[in-house]
Amino acid sequence: MTLLILAIVIGGAFGFVLDRVGATNPGLIIRMLNLSNMHLMKTILLAIGLSSVLMFAGLLAGLIDVGHMDVKTAYVGVFVGGLLLGAGFAVSGFCPGTGLTAAATGRKDAMIFVLGGLAGAGAYMGSFAWIGTTGLLEKVAGGNSTLGAIAGTEGAAMFPGLPGEWIGILVGIAFIAIAAALPARLLNRRRGAP
Amino acid sequence: MVLSWKSGGMLLGLVFFSAVLLVKPIGVSTQFVIFDGILWDAVNPDVVVTSDTAKSGFASPNAYLNKSGGKYAGNVANPLNYSFVFVIAMVVGAAISARLRGGVDAAERQMPSVWRANFGDEPWKRYAATFLAGFVVLYGARLAGGCTSGHMMSGMMQTAISGYIFTAGAFAAGIPVALFMFRKEG
Repeated sequence: MTLLILAIVIGGAFGFVLDRVGATNPGLIIRMLNLSNMHLMKTILLAIGLSSVLMFAGLLAGLIDVGHMDVKTAYVGVFVGGLLLGAGFAVSGFCPGTGLTAAATGRKDAMIFVLGGLAGAGAYMGSFAWIGTTGLLEKVAGGNSTLGAIAGTEGAAMFPGLPGEWIGILVGIAFIAIAAALPARLLNRRRGAP
Repeated sequence: MVLSWKSGGMLLGLVFFSAVLLVKPIGVSTQFVIFDGILWDAVNPDVVVTSDTAKSGFASPNAYLNKSGGKYAGNVANPLNYSFVFVIAMVVGAAISARLRGGVDAAERQMPSVWRANFGDEPWKRYAATFLAGFVVLYGARLAGGCTSGHMMSGMMQTAISGYIFTAGAFAAGIPVALFMFRKEG
């Protein structure tokens, strides 16, 4: 029961904030990817960096249960799937989370994106057994690995000699620095109606 | 009114942090599969069955729902679990935020202005494109085992190698496609 209350509170806050940062606006996502408006890139980099610093500092301070971490496995399909997602992300301006939240704001193109998404997820369900025979699910880079070794986790580390918590804090600070340094736009595109 | 990258990024970062502090990192795309499974199971009750041998207590003739000890089959059977309720709450949260800021205007609800500037304002073109994109995005997310939330944000937050690999793939495709398709800003 407590868990469901947390799901409602954290999920509700996530959806609310995604809308407030502009992530439910597909125009801002498309303009992040065509490099003409880096607002969302700066926002996301800051969010990842800040949460990373807080999480690893929390682990060091013993405030966070390391069992809450959930490092996903690296395999060939992660890159291939990333390419597919990236292409559709650029065409539509939606990813799974922002597609759902944009649909919730009344955007019809997002509602249709969600229908397409349900079809795509169903197609993956249907083709999973075949995907397993292609080698796409074979682990790379040590499987569920992280940059440094993190105490209390079983995953491999890319750099086993380095303390993963401190690496996480440093990488998090680097993300924040990049967020601050990134210009508001990288490219100028032509303005105007078609 | 869109928040500045500073205040917006901080709020978003605090949400990611609260998730891992209190429960687990945020993820979304798995729930498309769970919702499909619920629909499929409603049409054909044999899709998810109880099992004494499966770790979750549920099994499925579908290899994907049946993987990891029938974990997804169990979530289809009991949708009132953390991850599914999280995504429903996310949708409600976004709807409340949009309502409070006055909603999205009618033209923008059909398509963003950057689409209109590049491809004209016939809605069917935009809708056909977003349906196909939705298909490819969710197929890709499931192949990758996560999406922008689970891999890119939660993954890189934890310095997960899989998160960096996914992000490299997503931008390696996303930036060229967007540069090619959207030459005007709108």
